[in-house]
Amino acid sequence: MSDSALAADTKPWRSAAARPFISIRNITKRFDDVTAVDDVSLDIYQGELFCLLGGSGCGKSTLLRMMAGFETPTAGQILIDGQDMAGVPADKRPTNMMFQSYALFPHMSVEKNVAYGLLREGKSRAEAYGRVAEMLKLVKLEAQARRKPHQLSGGQRQRVALARALVKQPKLLLLDEPLGALDKKLREETQFELIRIQETLGVTFIVVTHDQDEAMTLATRIGVMNEGVIRQIGEPREIYESPNSRYVADFIGSVNLFEGQVADTAAPIAVETGDLGVMQAQGSDGSVTAGQTVWLALRPERIALSRAEPAAKPGLNVLPGVVEDVAYMGHMSHFRVRLANGRMLRVTMSNRLHDEDPITWDEAVFASWAASAMRVLVE
Amino acid sequence: MSALTQNVLWRGTARVMGLVGIRGRTLVIAVPMLWLLLFFLVPFVVLGRISLAEPMIARPPYSPLWERGPDGSLQIIASLENYRFLLSDALYRNAYLSSIRIAVVSTVFALLIGYPIAYFIARSPEPRRSVLLLMVILPFWTSFLLRVYAWMGFLRREGVINNTLVGLGVIDEPLVLMQTDLAVYIGIVYTYLPFMILPLYANLVKLDSALLEAAGDLGASPMVTFFTVTLPLSLPGIVAGSMLVFIPAIGEYVIPALLGGPDTLMIGRVLWDEFFSSRDWPVASAVAIVMLFLVVAPIMWLQSVQNRRALD
Amino acid sequence: MARGWFLPLAVTLGLAFLYAPILSLVVFSFNESRLVTVWGGFSTRWYGELLEDAQILGSAWISLKVAFFSACLATIIGTLGAFVLVRFHRFWGRMLLVAMLTAPLVMPEVITGLSLLLMFVASETFLNSHPLTSGLFPGRGVVTIVIAHTTFCAAFVAVIAQSRLRDMDQSLEEAARDLGAGPVRVFFDITLPVIAPALVSGWLLAFTLSLDDLVIASFVSGPGASTLPMVIFSKVRLGVSPDVNALATIMIAIVAVAVIAAGLLMRRSARQRTS
Repeated sequence: MSDSALAADTKPWRSAAARPFISIRNITKRFDDVTAVDDVSLDIYQGELFCLLGGSGCGKSTLLRMMAGFETPTAGQILIDGQDMAGVPADKRPTNMMFQSYALFPHMSVEKNVAYGLLREGKSRAEAYGRVAEMLKLVKLEAQARRKPHQLSGGQRQRVALARALVKQPKLLLLDEPLGALDKKLREETQFELIRIQETLGVTFIVVTHDQDEAMTLATRIGVMNEGVIRQIGEPREIYESPNSRYVADFIGSVNLFEGQVADTAAPIAVETGDLGVMQAQGSDGSVTAGQTVWLALRPERIALSRAEPAAKPGLNVLPGVVEDVAYMGHMSHFRVRLANGRMLRVTMSNRLHDEDPITWDEAVFASWAASAMRVLVE
Repeated sequence: MSALTQNVLWRGTARVMGLVGIRGRTLVIAVPMLWLLLFFLVPFVVLGRISLAEPMIARPPYSPLWERGPDGSLQIIASLENYRFLLSDALYRNAYLSSIRIAVVSTVFALLIGYPIAYFIARSPEPRRSVLLLMVILPFWTSFLLRVYAWMGFLRREGVINNTLVGLGVIDEPLVLMQTDLAVYIGIVYTYLPFMILPLYANLVKLDSALLEAAGDLGASPMVTFFTVTLPLSLPGIVAGSMLVFIPAIGEYVIPALLGGPDTLMIGRVLWDEFFSSRDWPVASAVAIVMLFLVVAPIMWLQSVQNRRALD
Repeated sequence: MARGWFLPLAVTLGLAFLYAPILSLVVFSFNESRLVTVWGGFSTRWYGELLEDAQILGSAWISLKVAFFSACLATIIGTLGAFVLVRFHRFWGRMLLVAMLTAPLVMPEVITGLSLLLMFVASETFLNSHPLTSGLFPGRGVVTIVIAHTTFCAAFVAVIAQSRLRDMDQSLEEAARDLGAGPVRVFFDITLPVIAPALVSGWLLAFTLSLDDLVIASFVSGPGASTLPMVIFSKVRLGVSPDVNALATIMIAIVAVAVIAAGLLMRRSARQRTS
């Protein structure tokens, strides 16, 4: 099997010929004079685990609720498996949702909660409860079938909610902050559990979250949302390594940004940053024009600190500075280095090797990084 | 609720709606809307219309809204005569004024008695707090009429108070307590005291005790702390509680009728007598309409104050 | 505020003020003497007389009937009204419904009573003036009292139901929709069971308010339909009366038992929840 065929199979978004399973076309939602979702278009493929990532009020939940049928789009179209969802009420859609609050019916036992959707489909009680038992087994809750929701722990409730949403075998499962109510340790375990279940059942998942670690762990692809607009769509690595804007670069992880004007458009691109001199950055020909204002994004872990000045090499950026702050985290250390013009540079260095004489406060150091570590952003 | 009843209820409702062919939403809105239009709004329209009529010896005892003139044309009969009569007659003017006076005085006393109780309950540790709260609410569940009646036994000439005081030798002659304005004040305060305590309690219980400690830390004595911190912060509770006492007090009928004297004028009682004794329906209606404004005015004022605060 | 003696004293006096008259009612109900407040020895004769008083017993039965039907109707109308106001944000006449569902809370009883009576009289006159509808009016009595009580009690039920509906996690209803239930089904399967405790409180409050009402019933009632408060009122207007003390004691006992039972039930269900 050739490499491109493999990519098209497990990563259908890379192939232009693949047919999207969910198509969101120019969706807009306005509440009175507030635009919650602004002309969003998005294609999601069969079997994906897609994360919508953004801060509160960015429109991600509204977008999810429009797919579930709880909000009516002001404009635009949502297609699920080729079928237009306009006018289809929530109870008739091939989607199911897992709510942030879990929304477990407090007056029904675990198995009644899970069976509710099957009985509404008109399934016989025997068939419904057979399926419920299977589902509870998958989420490891067979022993709690007769309990009421208030008798369960937070993690158990989360799994009931998941089982209830999955038991109808929806074409699409929508998850609103599925791990938001769990504590940190449980959240990490549950992330992998969620992936296991998704892969077992092969259902397409769309997850809304504000937690970037969660999105990075879970997602096949991430859509970063802000103020009702999707700023970037891509695989987790792509979003982190090649952000398309200052917003995305700053939102995902930590970043140092430098503003400057393009001095030389031939690779590596040279950018005049004023008092910090000319910096070299990776970039393809023709993406920028000479004299254009751009921003350079540099991840803290791509920078090396040394006491001795590194030998000059083509494509290596070197700046002197003084260590202002050190935070020792165990597996790594964070530094804040004051550069010649007074601004702070964030540097992260791994403590992979035992260092008898680590760099510490008030030391004069040289920060260096390769041109390939720097991204040129035009917006 | 059992699954079976739920099923029956659901199927039945769905079937009926399907037969009638109306959207569920419209039906759900229509039921309370129609009921209240018919039995709340329409009665007020009728009330207003009769307040403009003339009393007549007939069934019903008021003039019709229109009658056919000799040429067959419709003539509307409506006059403000009843309102002019209300304003010109000292009896009604005094009744309105004395209703306001009695309601205000009772509200002030209810506040003075209720505040320390609410404060104490709010500052009590848990099992005691619930018990005290329950004790305050409990009388509310017993009959209002019987609670007022209980005071008749207390206040009358041979009542509990007089018997005790004479028996102890404090007084020689029994005091005249019944059929006085004082008895009406006592009756109103007694009846509506829980309405004062509950909102005050709800407000005071939310007061962060760290605020009191901070005031003390900054050198305020407990007295100063109370007047500069607790009292201003509990103002919303004071206003709510006072409204809950003032509004029912102003239209009160039973308390002045049972505890008040013949010269205790309250507008609710005047209306009752006008209607049942004089059988003057148009004047009674006009009395009711004017009284309505008396009740609506403080509520409107309160709302405007709240709106202004919301804007700040 | 002064620590120490002032607050406990105020609370003690306040509670004494609340309970002393009620206690004296109970004590003197066992008084042999007709003079009520002059002790003439222990006796239960007034209870005996009360149980033979056909007027009191008849009116108590009417009051219970009225209170039961009013509480049921008020719970239905109040709950629907609350549901409409909390869940439907835009519809024609919303402000009107808000006003009509709030106003009865603050309306003096004499006004409510008078206006309803005038409306009943007017509609009776109107219906009887046409041969087709003549005789349709049910006549003033239990029916008109139930209508009047339902209207003002519905406002109280609506207050309780609204606060419960607002507190209820709305995603419960959405989850049921999402799992394939239509809106009516969701109401009966999810909304109603979840707010049921509030509706029980609302029903009880409506029942009590109806049982307690004198003024409105006096206006809208007709001949032959006297409620218990109306009978009590006509008795005590003329002065204290020992059989009313006996009646009051019985009612207080019923309330006390009901409150204690409710308290125990609530404690038990709270324990179940935490177990």
